[in-house]
Amino acid sequence: MSYIANTARQQEEMLRVCGVSSIGELFKDIPENLRPRSFSLPRGKSELEVHQILERYAAQNYSHLINFLGGGFYDHFIPAAVDAIASRSEFYTAYTPYQPELSQGTLQAMYEFQSDVCRLTGMEISNASLYDGGTALYEACQMAIHATGRPKIIVDGGVNPIYRKMLYSYTANLSIDFCEIPVSHGQSDREKVFAALDESTAGVVLQNPNFFGVIDNHADIVDKCHSLGILAVQSVYPVSMALLKPPGEIGVDIVTGEGQSLGIPLSFGGPYIGFMATSKKLARKMPGRIVGRTVDGQGREGFVLTLQAREQHIRREKATSNICTNEALCALRVHAYLSLLGSQGLREVAELCLNKAAYAKNRFKAISHVKVMETSPTFNEFTLLLPMDAAEAAGKMIERGFAPGFPLGRYYPGMENYLLVAVTEKRTRYEIGAFAEALEDVLRSFAPQPTLSENT
Amino acid sequence: MTIIFKKSIPGRRGVTLPELDVEPLGKIPDGYLRTSGPELCELSELDVVRHFTELSRKNFGVDTNFYPLGSCTMKYNPKMCEKIAQLEGFSSLHPLLPQLRRGGMLTQGALAVIYELERLLCEITGMEAFTLQPMAGAHGELTGMMLIAAYHKNKGNRKNEVIIPDEAHGTNPSSAAIAGYIVKPVPTNSETGMIDVSALEALIGPQTAAIMMTNPNTLGIFNTHIEKIAQLSRKFDALLYYDGANLNAILGKFRPGDARFDVMHVNLHKTFATPHGGGGPGAGPVGVGKRLEEFLPVSRVIKRSDGTYSLNYDYPKSIGYIAPFYGNFSVCLKAYAYILMLGGKGLVEAGENAVLNANYVMHSLKNHYTVPFLRTCMHECVISAKRQAALGVGALDIAKMLIDEGFHPPTVYFPLIVKEALMIEPTETESKETMDSFIDAMKTIARKAQEDPSRFHGAPRTTPVGRLDEVKAARDMDCSA
Repeated sequence: MSYIANTARQQEEMLRVCGVSSIGELFKDIPENLRPRSFSLPRGKSELEVHQILERYAAQNYSHLINFLGGGFYDHFIPAAVDAIASRSEFYTAYTPYQPELSQGTLQAMYEFQSDVCRLTGMEISNASLYDGGTALYEACQMAIHATGRPKIIVDGGVNPIYRKMLYSYTANLSIDFCEIPVSHGQSDREKVFAALDESTAGVVLQNPNFFGVIDNHADIVDKCHSLGILAVQSVYPVSMALLKPPGEIGVDIVTGEGQSLGIPLSFGGPYIGFMATSKKLARKMPGRIVGRTVDGQGREGFVLTLQAREQHIRREKATSNICTNEALCALRVHAYLSLLGSQGLREVAELCLNKAAYAKNRFKAISHVKVMETSPTFNEFTLLLPMDAAEAAGKMIERGFAPGFPLGRYYPGMENYLLVAVTEKRTRYEIGAFAEALEDVLRSFAPQPTLSENT
Repeated sequence: MTIIFKKSIPGRRGVTLPELDVEPLGKIPDGYLRTSGPELCELSELDVVRHFTELSRKNFGVDTNFYPLGSCTMKYNPKMCEKIAQLEGFSSLHPLLPQLRRGGMLTQGALAVIYELERLLCEITGMEAFTLQPMAGAHGELTGMMLIAAYHKNKGNRKNEVIIPDEAHGTNPSSAAIAGYIVKPVPTNSETGMIDVSALEALIGPQTAAIMMTNPNTLGIFNTHIEKIAQLSRKFDALLYYDGANLNAILGKFRPGDARFDVMHVNLHKTFATPHGGGGPGAGPVGVGKRLEEFLPVSRVIKRSDGTYSLNYDYPKSIGYIAPFYGNFSVCLKAYAYILMLGGKGLVEAGENAVLNANYVMHSLKNHYTVPFLRTCMHECVISAKRQAALGVGALDIAKMLIDEGFHPPTVYFPLIVKEALMIEPTETESKETMDSFIDAMKTIARKAQEDPSRFHGAPRTTPVGRLDEVKAARDMDCSA
């Protein structure tokens, strides 16, 4: 398969214009001794053949398991119109909108996306997206460090452990001190967080709901931070924002999050979309593209990339971040999703999640030797304490057709018997019941072991 | 065009959700709840579809117009690749599945795609190993810099500088700085358009951690001194970074690995035809030579002796996690489909035609514009509107006039070292007829610049808006409705 239009005859005409007799001559600058030692690639294939190959690969994946797996990445319903809108090639075959006059479609959509983020989070200004929730959190830490001139970041243990690992990787070569506050199932541990705050702290990183699905109101932590000149950073699950107190209302300085749950397919990890919002005061320290509304010479309203003096293509090594592209097409999906759902629709999605999760909790509580962790209110995800190794139980649940949740032992040593279970609006009463029966069945085949203490 | 929120009619719905089929047991205490909003728009599905369709018509894309935006490789994005990414077996696959016990067996098809694409990229570039995790080109650069830092740390080297040519993309110095390095720019020789080797010799030393190079560089010129530069870097144990932004030019003609580059990134959204999406998502896989392989981020996909694939995290010297999972998987999937379709021969032809097309445009315009480096170019050419600027018509004016002619303008004012630069990259998928009409438009513009420079200042006239007040935008910071 080839996508080259020019015929051999046209190529010859063009070579004549270039004053050379062969294409090879155009590559004469590449010394012979630097020519490829090998370039052994498969022969080209037709569209049909490639489709057949990849259909076979796709069929090897267990995407059909009934999904109770979350961990920050959720199996939500996506209306067909989101795909239709994102499939408009006027959007997806465009570049970053450097020429605003012919990019008003992308630019206005990004401006509206920023508005969605501000409305959801209660913040003043949003960027046009970042790579994902984890890199967004890292950028927020960098922002806090630059804004305060201090070196220390306090990270709550309820922050997604994958994101915490990312933070540590990114800063391994930089002089940033991290202080991690352990969490066990419940809300942020106030005593420990307050004890860690000091004059060298730039920011405190929190998550709501946290990795265990627990809802918190971090207002007291935010207030304490502000009294010490520390910035509060909060990573949020945007669907829950339809119900929960928005971070802007409790004074959070930088909000980040993963937008996958808003109309983006799971796609084995990406592309997803990070979002970030902050106060106008901190706007000039924010990384990533920002779209602003302005007017043209005739007073007509239009949109441009703005505050570009922060960015790498202008400031090079002095830029606030090295980010060039964002995830514009994912932002477009998020905006289409939120526009289709609307205030009421998103609220309903969140309420469905909340109620179905509550029902599941109740149902699973009835399983003997299973304990549902209920120290604090949760949204749509919660932990189960099993009388056996959760990874082992998960394996058995997979055999029964479920992606049953995430065994916490992988990231929280000592929590080997805990399973993190997510319930979205897609799960039905029947599926929740079937899950419970399958789990009962799995547990029956194992002799109950002494229950581990809850806080180990 | 009216902002979507202004179209909102309270009570109107775009999506109907299933009724709750369980008892409503969910309860969140008041202190955690929001008291109002969020005020999203309330519209019907048709309202929303019309809004976005109207927006889409205010955009230029590769599918609508010739888009010779230099350094961006705006080639055609095959529809077939889009279709592949939507296959349910890939699009509904949860990334945490393989992290469950024996979970790798649940995602063999996806892991195979990752493994095989990594092997293909190794063969295309001559590198030893790849990671697909970086989610954009700049993210790849940062990952590369982190690998370099890990290498030096492991050897006990104390190095704090990275040398970068002054013509480089802005992301290069920025990525190096973010990774903790001091950036030392090296000038470009004004005769050859390549790194000034004697200036490089003066800059390099034991403090140099790496040299970042784009080759062909942003002037579209292949640097013939790379062996010399490689020797220099080895002398000081500085690593060589290859910015693969311009890989499209050299497919099958040059492999960075053969020239002893230690680390590189590839922009799948350029060379391997995945859509740019109006500014992402892209993908910036990073390839390394033997010396850096042990530092690659985790997880890595391995192929076991029985032919199955699994994730491996057991690399004690790894830089760790740079992405939550395996990168922008569906972008990688599209690139994989593209490479399978083209095959080795197709990739070589793609590169050859990209270079031919760029040279054709350059030679067709050389009598009408200044060509600062009139030598064979690679996949893009840089011309200068110096002559036109003297008449009061700058590169930006030309860009805006081109819009009225129905073309997306080339990149303007970049590279920074060329005055009034217009950087043109036609790509291999454009036909001679399309380029000819662009060339004609450029010639007409050059003529009009002489005849009536004043008419340029009102351009563009055919777009929904004219030139926008960027100063006002930055001052007002009206960034949300």
